[in-house]
Amino acid sequence: MYIIIGGGGQIGYYVTKGLLAQGHEVLLLDKDPRRVQTLTDELGSAVLRGDACEARTMDEVGCSRADIVIAVTGDDEDNLVICQMAKERFHVRTTIARVNNPKNEHIFAKLGIDITVSPTKTILHLIETEIPHHTVIPLMTLRRAGLGLVEVSVPPQSPALGKKLAALKLPGECNVVLIVRGQEDIVPSGESIIQAEDQVFALVKGPGEAALREAILGSASS
Amino acid sequence: MKIIILGCGRVGATLAMMMDRAGHTVTVIDYSNDAFQRLDASFGGQTVMGDGIDEEVLQRAGIEQADVFVAVTNGDNRNIMASQIARTVFTVPVVVCRIYDPIRTEVYQKLGLEVICPTLVGAELFRKSIEKNLAKATPDTAPKIR
Repeated sequence: MYIIIGGGGQIGYYVTKGLLAQGHEVLLLDKDPRRVQTLTDELGSAVLRGDACEARTMDEVGCSRADIVIAVTGDDEDNLVICQMAKERFHVRTTIARVNNPKNEHIFAKLGIDITVSPTKTILHLIETEIPHHTVIPLMTLRRAGLGLVEVSVPPQSPALGKKLAALKLPGECNVVLIVRGQEDIVPSGESIIQAEDQVFALVKGPGEAALREAILGSASS
Repeated sequence: MKIIILGCGRVGATLAMMMDRAGHTVTVIDYSNDAFQRLDASFGGQTVMGDGIDEEVLQRAGIEQADVFVAVTNGDNRNIMASQIARTVFTVPVVVCRIYDPIRTEVYQKLGLEVICPTLVGAELFRKSIEKNLAKATPDTAPKIR
């Protein structure tokens, strides 16, 4: 896939690095020449100095053949415009925006941005929910679909311990997609057995998250 | 009419005083308190300090009762986002947005925003002035600029 990223801060840097490692064609744009120099030393030709809001720049980097445009600058108005320009002028199918002010999340959704990622909201949510040691941690929210990817680690006193996944009777709104046990990644089936300290990843929608919490953490958790 | 003007620069302040003199209820928003010094002592409207793309600031400025919203900060993207919030979230009947970049102007006009692009307007005024003055200088041989 060809992925263009606007904004070479910490998030832009690590996302670019990760996507390059996965073998994607990635271009990272930043306006600041000094930052671009530092990034180029690390990431080579995947970095270019330019403003992702400028149509001329986006034209030059072949935006119309990009599969995804990701906007992760520190300014919400810039992230919004990067995504809207990519969509309207270059017909990019998928746009992802970082939302710095959590209040802007619903505005971005209303204005046609496909996916919003709000680190602020995630951190706030973590603080709200992190007080008990074992909890359901939201990793990513796919606003349009109303879906979330969540992670929960199985406590030693979990009611799910030693049970098959199918026996947990999770609703359709909760799909366990991955179990990480130590170094091992398990793509689960209904026969998979839950053990203590497992990291369980699930796609949830609406009441699915509460159902997962109750099954793994017990009803006392909420 | 209740008019909210975002950005108290030269254009914002001048427009605010114009509309105030014409008898409208004017509120000006700017993130810098100093910017309000551009307003005359006779200005009878309100000033609100804050970030114009923050819903709470817009509500403090009374956007829910506004008939007109004008975005004239010096950032194109800020104007674009504020105008879209005014239109989409608060359904202000008349929203006018300044965008310097002609390409962004084109895109957001297509998306239905009312946009004024000073770059295009200014260049056009220069072109007309050059044409007029050339015609005056050498009436018979003046080249036509197209």
